[in-house]
Amino acid sequence: MLKIENLHASIGGKEILKGLDLTVRDGEVHALMGLNGAGKSTLSNVIVGHPAYEVTAGSITWNGKDLLALKPEERAHEGIFLSFQQPVEIPGVSMVNFMRAALNAKRKYEGLDPMPAGDFLKLMREKRKIVDLDSRLTSRSVNEGFSGGEKKRNEIFQMAMLEPKLAILDETDSGLDVDALRIVAEGFNKLRTPQTSAIVITHYQRLLDYLKPDVVHVLIDGRIVKTAGPELAEEIENKGFDWIIKGEGLEVKG
Amino acid sequence: MKQYLDFYDEVRDVIAARSCREMNDEREKALQTFASQGFPSKKTERYRYADVEADFAPNYGIQLAQLGGTLPPHCFRIAEAEPRVRALYNKVADTADSIVALNTMLSVDTLVVHVPGTRVEHPIQISNILKGEQDTMVCRRILIVMDKLAEADIIITDRAASQSRFLTNQVIEVVMDEGSHLSLYEVEETHLLCTRYSSVFVRQGANCSLHHSSLTLFNGHTRNRIDVQLQGQGSEVTLGGCIIADKMQHVDNNTLIEHLVPNCLSRELYKYVLDDSAVGAFAGKVLVHEGAQKTSSQETNANLLATRTARMYTQPMLEIYADDVKCSHGSTVGQMDEAALFYMRQRGIDEREARLLLKAAFITEVIENIPLESLRDRLHVLVDKRLRGELSKCEGCKLCK
Repeated sequence: MLKIENLHASIGGKEILKGLDLTVRDGEVHALMGLNGAGKSTLSNVIVGHPAYEVTAGSITWNGKDLLALKPEERAHEGIFLSFQQPVEIPGVSMVNFMRAALNAKRKYEGLDPMPAGDFLKLMREKRKIVDLDSRLTSRSVNEGFSGGEKKRNEIFQMAMLEPKLAILDETDSGLDVDALRIVAEGFNKLRTPQTSAIVITHYQRLLDYLKPDVVHVLIDGRIVKTAGPELAEEIENKGFDWIIKGEGLEVKG
Repeated sequence: MKQYLDFYDEVRDVIAARSCREMNDEREKALQTFASQGFPSKKTERYRYADVEADFAPNYGIQLAQLGGTLPPHCFRIAEAEPRVRALYNKVADTADSIVALNTMLSVDTLVVHVPGTRVEHPIQISNILKGEQDTMVCRRILIVMDKLAEADIIITDRAASQSRFLTNQVIEVVMDEGSHLSLYEVEETHLLCTRYSSVFVRQGANCSLHHSSLTLFNGHTRNRIDVQLQGQGSEVTLGGCIIADKMQHVDNNTLIEHLVPNCLSRELYKYVLDDSAVGAFAGKVLVHEGAQKTSSQETNANLLATRTARMYTQPMLEIYADDVKCSHGSTVGQMDEAALFYMRQRGIDEREARLLLKAAFITEVIENIPLESLRDRLHVLVDKRLRGELSKCEGCKLCK
């Protein structure tokens, strides 16, 4: 279970999160919606420990552990995975070496020996199929020369390899055409177990039609201002955010 | 400087007796050059980034040994080489350079690699093993002669079997006759107390190809110079440099490629990964002489500084006196890609390993350019070990154990 209480976080001295509370229980899918600049990506970056963000108050616990005390790689080993909004290209580092290093680091954390090379390559082949990722891509450098859609599929492929307990999808649907969106969403659903929880950041109803969130939150100006069932996403799709802002008596600057 | 002149004065007869006529004939002129010029200062253009005086200051014992033992195929002591080959001694080197002059003055023997006009299947490996309890200076001299249509791979490795202070002053002369192909690799795997001055001079005839890779995996102070003269049409040269340095290491590469005739191709790629307080320098000049039309030349120096205390001096130069050429030159100095580091850490790769992967990724291009597959595979392993700090001993060398 992920429990965030009164979280304040800033970047470059500018406060973005202003007292955010959020609880995600095992197996739940939470959708996070909101205007650009509301703090959605900041929240995901803070959860995974991006060094550019400073937590000034509040707490995040993950299965009882103080998440903020852990390094980014330790958070990953504890089962937290971020599907990046903009996956990074790493020329010269092959997908195979990258995935092997990641997987074996996790195994080491769990007290296991490195995976034998043959087993590893077999696993790569299996998981690749889940998101229909070409072997041509997995033999290249990380994300280098990948199209926008291929990068997003590659994120879900990595998730499949690492089997996280909490997946954060930060606008994984942006830049995807209808078919790619279906592949990514269905891939994600195949990977879910009854224990896997997820935070899905999106602007659109379409991804949520596939992922079927249990809860939908609206994040405005660094706080969660409204929480409801999946019907809320549909309402936002139709009416936008204005009615929530007015209804909650909020003022949004800029 | 005086210590070297005094020493020479003392041992000149011993050297002459152990050496041969071709080498002895060059000594007096070399002595004059060295005595009149002394060590080059930082004002000397090609020594701008080296502190020669300091490097040669320690009181080294100087080794005056002949080559011994059984030499590999195509390798000879100079006295046993063909007269026409012996006659090429000191004919390609820059005799006006005082470091070269010092080598010419003190070298006792020359290793001649003479490749007749055929393909030599197996790479010729020359291992220099520095050993001894005392601080030692070694003057090493190699003459490589490639006959018409000869083809060979030569690997020269520098290793140190004891923790003494060593200074190597090496001069390699290469003469390539028409249609010959040579790959020459130099690998430095020593320790922090080793200083190396290397001067390589190449003369290429028509339709020749040369690949030279300089791989500085570990050494204290390195100063590598290579001068290539393209004297025959249709020739090409590729120079590669893979430099990994940390702690207080200092690595300086100085290159000169001269296009003297039309229709030649030169490519140059030197990459440095500098960590801690390491200092790197690269000065590379491509000189296209008048009339050397249709020259194609590309020169790149790329550098990765892993810390704020590491420093790099880079000076790519292009001088063109012909009007129908295609030449480019450039250099970059960059830091670690923070976004890539974080991406890897989010996937569970710890920071140290992530940095290592980025460094290896940066340098891998130079290794991939190496034509000899078995060496390429070996170097991938060595580079990885080097970056992990596991290269404190020579690999697979019984002497060090």
